[in-house]
Amino acid sequence: MKASGKVIKYGHNVDTDVIIPARYLNTSDPKELASHCMEDIDADFSKKVNQGDIMVALNNFGCGSSREHAPIAIKESGISCVIANTFARIFYRNAINIGLPILECRQAAEEINEGDYVTVDFLTGDIFNETQNKKYVAKPFPPFMQEIIENNGLIGYIKKTLK
Amino acid sequence: MKKMTMTQKILAKHAGLDYVEPGQLIMASLDMVLGNDITTPVAVKEFRKIGLTKVFDKEKIAIVPDHFCPNKDIKSAEQVKFIREFAKEMEITNFFEVGQMGIEHALLPELGLVTAGDVVIGADSHTCTYGALGAFSTGVGSTDMASGMASGKAWFKVPEAIKFELKGKFNKNVSGKDLILHIIGMIGVDGALYKSMEFTGEGVRNLNIDDRFTIANMAIEAGAKNGIFPVDEITLDYIREHSKKPYDIFEADKEAVYSEEHVIDLSTIKMTVSFPHLPDNTRTIDEVGTVTIDQSVIGSCTNGRIEDMRIAANILKGHKIHKDVRCIIFPATQKIWKQAMNEGLFDIFIDAGAAVSTPTCGPCLGGHMGILAKGERSVSTTNRNFVGRMGHPESEVYLCSPAVAAASAILGRIASPDELEEI
Ligand code: SF4
Repeated sequence: MKASGKVIKYGHNVDTDVIIPARYLNTSDPKELASHCMEDIDADFSKKVNQGDIMVALNNFGCGSSREHAPIAIKESGISCVIANTFARIFYRNAINIGLPILECRQAAEEINEGDYVTVDFLTGDIFNETQNKKYVAKPFPPFMQEIIENNGLIGYIKKTLK
Repeated sequence: MKKMTMTQKILAKHAGLDYVEPGQLIMASLDMVLGNDITTPVAVKEFRKIGLTKVFDKEKIAIVPDHFCPNKDIKSAEQVKFIREFAKEMEITNFFEVGQMGIEHALLPELGLVTAGDVVIGADSHTCTYGALGAFSTGVGSTDMASGMASGKAWFKVPEAIKFELKGKFNKNVSGKDLILHIIGMIGVDGALYKSMEFTGEGVRNLNIDDRFTIANMAIEAGAKNGIFPVDEITLDYIREHSKKPYDIFEADKEAVYSEEHVIDLSTIKMTVSFPHLPDNTRTIDEVGTVTIDQSVIGSCTNGRIEDMRIAANILKGHKIHKDVRCIIFPATQKIWKQAMNEGLFDIFIDAGAAVSTPTCGPCLGGHMGILAKGERSVSTTNRNFVGRMGHPESEVYLCSPAVAAASAILGRIASPDELEEI
C-alpha cells in the first residue's frame, strides 16, 4: 500500500472544528463534508487539493471533537495520507477505523514543506521526500491495527470476529 | 503482582485480565455505548454494514439528540428522524426525545445510566465526564460506536497515567473550571495526549460532585484519554441518589507508576480564562486586561449543572446584564431546569435580563441559539474556543467559570465577581 502526492502543510493543533466546522454537521454525506474541509483556516483547500495529495502537520493533529466527519472529509477530499508529529487520540482511532492512513513521524513532519512531492509506504512506514531527496521511517502500525486495516477497517474486523 | 493505576484496574477487569500494562492493546467489555444526533447517523450506517438485526444489549445503548435539538433546521430534523427510527427498530430503551433529553454528559449520570467502575464509550469527545464517578469513560468515533453496539466491546490501548495530587481548598469564587483551565494551561492541549489523568489527594474531598464533572469533562482538552476521580462519600451519595445499577469501587495501588506527578494546592488557584483560540491559552483573571464582550453563555456539559446555575444566580442577583451584552443561560437537563426554576433562579436570571433556554448544546459548538457574527466576542462556560467554534471564523470565545461569565455579563467585559462586591 503506497501513496504519492504533493504536500499540503499545516501547523500545530489543527482541530476538528477547522477540519470540518460544526455548522456543516447536519449532514453525514462525505461529498458535502469534503466541500467544506479546512475552509476556516484555508478557504481554498477544496479547490487546490488533488487526488492523492498528502497532508502534513505538526503536533496534536485532529484535536477536539470525536466527529468522524473530520477524517471522512479529509479522505473524501482526495488526501491519501496524513503525516504529523502527533495525532489527537480520537482522531487517530477514527482514521484507523475508517481506513485513512496516518503516520506519526516528527522529523518528516517538521522537514517536509508545502508543495514537496512525497511517497509513502503505509505498511513499512517509509516516507520519501522526492523534492528534498530525504528518507524517513515512521512508527509502523502494531499488528492488531494492521489486522484492522487488512480487514478494511473496524467494521470488517468486527464482522469477521462476530462470525 | 505489579501495581496498577485506577484506570488500569478498571480496564483489566473489563478485559478479563488480572493485570494490564501501559501500551497493551486489549478488548474490553462495555457497560454503556453512547451517541448523539451528529455521531449516531454515521454509526447507524456503519452498523448496517455489519448486517446484524439486533444490538448487543438494548439497555446498554444511549442515544441522546442534543446538539442541533430541538431541531434547528430540516437536515437536523432528518438526522434525528433517522436515528429515532433505528432506536425503535432495535428497541433501544435509552433514546431521549426533546422534553426528556438533556446534554448527554449531564443526562447519563443524572439518570444513573453510568456508575463507578463502568467502562463507557461514547461517540462524543466529552464522554470522559463520567470519570467524576470513578468510571473509565472515553470518547470514540462513530465506527467505534457501531462496533460497540454490535459486539458490546471496544479495543483500547491501556494508557499511561499522570497523577494530580490535590490538597487544600478553593478560595471564594474559584471552582473546578478554574482548576481544569489552570491545569490545561500548565500542561498544554496535548499535555496528556493518549494518557489518563488521575486526580487524588485530600483536596478531592473539597470538590463537590459538579466540580468533579467539570474537571473530568475537560480532560480531553489536554488530549487525555480519560480523567478519573477516586470514589468517596461524595461520589457514593450521588450514585445512591441517582442510580440503581450495581457499582464497583476501584482504587489505585499506592505504588502505581505514573509518567508524571503534579501536586496542586487548591488555595493557590485563581480564576482563570482561556483566550482564543486554544484552551491552553490561559490567563488568570488579574492578567486579563480590558476585553469587552458581546455575549455571555452559561451552560453546556461542562458547566450547566445545578451548582453552576446557583453560582451564576448568586452573582446576577440584583444586577442587570450590561446593555451591550446578550446573556444566554442553558441548564443542561430538564431536571436541572426544573430544579433551577423551583429554587427561584429563573426569576433572578430573567429580572437581570438574561435569556433562559431549553437544554441543548446550542451555541457551544456553533450550532444554534447564540451564534456569533464576524468580530464578535463571547465569554462562555463551555470547553472549546477553537476558530469558528461559536459561529463566524473571525469571532472569539473566551472560556471561563460560571462566576466569571456572570460577572462579565454585568460589567460588559471579562471581569471577576470580586469587582462587583467592590462597587
Ligand atoms: S455541550 Fe458542547 S461540548 Fe458538551 S456535548 Fe454539547 S457540543 Fe459537546
